[in-house]
Amino acid sequence: MTKKHRAIVAEVPHLRRYAHALIGDPALADDMVQSCLDRALRKLHLWREGTNFRAWLITILRNTYVSHLRHVGRHPEESPCGMDPDLAAATPPMQGQEMAIQDIGRALEQLRDDQREVVLLVGLEELSYKDTAEVLGIPVGTVMSRLSRGRENLRRIMHGGGGDAKPSLRRVK
Amino acid sequence: MTPPKTMTDSDLNAYVDGELDARTRLEMEAWLNEHPEDALRVSEYQRQKTELHLSYDPILAEAIPAEMRETVLHARNRTVRKVWLQAAAAVALLLIGAGGGWGWRDALIEGKTDRNLAFATRAAGAHRVYAREVRHAVEVKADQEAHLVKWLSKRLGNPLRAPGLQPAGYQLVGGRLLPDLGKSAAQFMYEDSAKRRITVYIRAYQGKDIAFRFMDNAGTATFYWIESPFAYALTGAIPRGELLKVANLVYDSLTR
Repeated sequence: MTKKHRAIVAEVPHLRRYAHALIGDPALADDMVQSCLDRALRKLHLWREGTNFRAWLITILRNTYVSHLRHVGRHPEESPCGMDPDLAAATPPMQGQEMAIQDIGRALEQLRDDQREVVLLVGLEELSYKDTAEVLGIPVGTVMSRLSRGRENLRRIMHGGGGDAKPSLRRVK
Repeated sequence: MTPPKTMTDSDLNAYVDGELDARTRLEMEAWLNEHPEDALRVSEYQRQKTELHLSYDPILAEAIPAEMRETVLHARNRTVRKVWLQAAAAVALLLIGAGGGWGWRDALIEGKTDRNLAFATRAAGAHRVYAREVRHAVEVKADQEAHLVKWLSKRLGNPLRAPGLQPAGYQLVGGRLLPDLGKSAAQFMYEDSAKRRITVYIRAYQGKDIAFRFMDNAGTATFYWIESPFAYALTGAIPRGELLKVANLVYDSLTR
């Protein structure tokens, strides 16, 4: 194996962690990683030495997932349930014996895709804002506003959603 | 003295992510002492990060799935083999001279054509094995079509449909999952009123799309084509013209 091939194998656990958190469905997540590897191997000569290899691979993984979503007919920016994205955070909580704090995996599912990926790239993969902006092909300012909204929505969802669904005063529209 | 800056949402997040410069970080710490609501949010954002790691870090410790490891290893071997094949082709050309052996040269150099043809050959092989089965022709029968399609879609990583071939007189018998070079392939089987069977073989394929191609092999005819994310092959022991009509139907049915 060449150095680059060894480097790819070493990144597989990170790609899988990110894909599982982003996609939720483990089988689909692994399929996306598999397709990402296929693509990355074909494009390996395009990677520029000295740039963040993990960010480069995650970019490919993301593009793979986006084209998958497009193929299944879902626009990547839509919230999973097709609700207004900001209303998605205001889903009434289930009553009864539910724990006050929701499992973060389920809470993530309720975030809209563009917020979820920023929350995960920064919060889980610990990419810098700059690398995150490059992965997503958006300005750093947009990364920061998506991150703010994503974390605030996540906080509300995890606290049971509807209870305090008043719009944040700081929310940037 | 300048009044201390008002901290925004983005500043709170940048603090959590270690993206503030040293001076703003100090200002932020003073701010948080004065603004307990913001301090609470900061601690919740930090807890979100911790929870993400608690939930998903175990994946880092899992063994790398064999298929993924093989993909990378295989790619390495493939590169080596391709170079070797091209060298062999060049030598062969030198030996044979410009006069002959063009077909052979093409087969050696056109690795891509080769690979697609190999796919069609595997599809035809699967057809010959299962189309003559009476009791075990399929794993899941047509009466459970929804389940079958959902299952195969999941295994192939992209949503599939069983093409509707009633206009050509073919009814769905059912389908099965098959191994295809370490990946999954789906086979749908159809039958007409004369009990003649045809199969549609599908596997995931990332790459350049190709239009219909035809292959004749040991009594069966196969039309195959690629439309990312899938490669398709339709096989039957029926005349080429008839099969082409069905191939068009499959294509229309899947792309509509």
